[in-house]
Amino acid sequence: MRYAMAVDTRKCVGCGDCVVACQTENNVPLGYARDWIVEIVKGSYPNTLKVHFESRRCHHCDDPPCVRVCPTGASHIVEGGIVKVTPEECIGCGACIEACPYEARYFHPDGYVDKCTFCDHRVKNGQDPACVEVCPTHCLIFGDLDDPESPVSKVLKEREYYTLAPDAGTHPNLFFLK
Amino acid sequence: MKEYLIVSGRDINILYPHVNVWGFGIPLYLFIGGLAAGILIFATLFYLMGKDKEFPVTVKIATIVPPLIIALGLLFLIGDLRHKPFFWQLLTHFRLQSPMNWGAWTLTIVFILSLLWPLSFIDDMIEYFQQHNRKKWANAFIWIKNLIEKVRIFKVIVDWFTKNRKAFAIITLIFSIILGIYTGILLSTMNARPLWNTPILGLLFLTSGISTATVTIMWITDNEIERRLFTKIDFYTIILEMYLIFQLFFNLAQGPEIQVKTAQLFFGGEFTAIFWALFVMLGLVVPWILEILELKGFHVPVAVPAFLILYGGLVFRYIMVYAGEISSFLPSPTILH
Ligand code: SF4
Ligand code: SF4
Repeated sequence: MRYAMAVDTRKCVGCGDCVVACQTENNVPLGYARDWIVEIVKGSYPNTLKVHFESRRCHHCDDPPCVRVCPTGASHIVEGGIVKVTPEECIGCGACIEACPYEARYFHPDGYVDKCTFCDHRVKNGQDPACVEVCPTHCLIFGDLDDPESPVSKVLKEREYYTLAPDAGTHPNLFFLK
Repeated sequence: MKEYLIVSGRDINILYPHVNVWGFGIPLYLFIGGLAAGILIFATLFYLMGKDKEFPVTVKIATIVPPLIIALGLLFLIGDLRHKPFFWQLLTHFRLQSPMNWGAWTLTIVFILSLLWPLSFIDDMIEYFQQHNRKKWANAFIWIKNLIEKVRIFKVIVDWFTKNRKAFAIITLIFSIILGIYTGILLSTMNARPLWNTPILGLLFLTSGISTATVTIMWITDNEIERRLFTKIDFYTIILEMYLIFQLFFNLAQGPEIQVKTAQLFFGGEFTAIFWALFVMLGLVVPWILEILELKGFHVPVAVPAFLILYGGLVFRYIMVYAGEISSFLPSPTILH
């Protein structure tokens, strides 16, 4: 199993529902967020202005540098390629934050590192992650890349997409549909 | 076409506008690691070459420095952790792929070896300080010697290392080299940071560490031959360091766009003045010229080039850590609250 997510940048309106859903579902402390919205504005007035939104989170990379550099193994990979952190093993050294090209990790106010888990507690029960479930435009598509019939496999076959910072060599599993 | 990025939904100050995690402690820790490694490399190497009589400060006296500063470095390392109560987790795991892990292990091992090295020469130390009229130092070592005599286990350990000093020297040499390289590798394994993600960094940090150690020995010694030799060693080490810096930027400039942009931080970007003026000029070129003058027979107070090199080593590490955190694969965004 290889979980992945696609974000339809043609549909995303940047409403931030995914951010709030995650904060609620995962008890994210006030002022923090495991997913976030990036608005990309191209051009300058009065020349053509183009705007699109990316709902970003941990890319659950196939080759995650955050896991490699972690001195204690607190950062680890679980079933389906989901990258997680065990708070009781994390010493808060910050190496993983430095190593992640996507700003996906932050220090929880208690000192350990926190990040998106692809809602593995929901996924285990056959549900979608909270962000995917609430998105009003259905622009988030989640599933198993090893299953050719999963929604994410299908949409990646049909549509053109890009990934962020491919040069960093992490093989991310968050895809942005053009 | 101009492109703006606006992040909303989170405002986390260690991530935006750029990553800001390793503030004060880590660069200092890297500096200490390099300096301690360098001193121990010289001490063990000169010992193995049979030069301990000729170069007593290099082989013996200067090695008082590493255990003291490594203890300080370990404090800085722990001080920088955000989840301190779980510090012990570091010591229950061994992970070769994580430099933070094997580096901490290496530092711990070198710390123990560096404590034992000067102790294995304790009689020579006392004699040296008495001859040089350093009463306080002599008394301190006499006190330590008495302590070792009193506690059986200490005595057994120190005696064993004194007897097997050659093997001890080889092991210390190996671990010190690993420590010196580690201080650069720690940064270079971070995929996300184009400035760090280059193999040359390990070599550059090792060279810079050797240079700081060289001037420390040069500064401490009162032996003219020793001072001259180490001035000469540093003269060549600085040349190597300048070459490696050139190579670092040359590689970046040849690389993909993101690396070129990273190099620009130092050519017109925000680190231009502090890197070239405060580090390269003041911390490398000026002491190098002073060393040339010294070697040509002019009298230069040794403290000046020595201090400048140590200062340069520290500034260099601060710049590399900060600039590295700023260098990123993603364009830096504006934050909406
Ligand atoms: S996005 Fe960052 S935190 Fe997530 S797996 Fe990749 S490197 Fe690790
Ligand atoms: S901060 Fe925690 S999770 Fe991150 S590398 Fe350090 S110990 Fe591992």
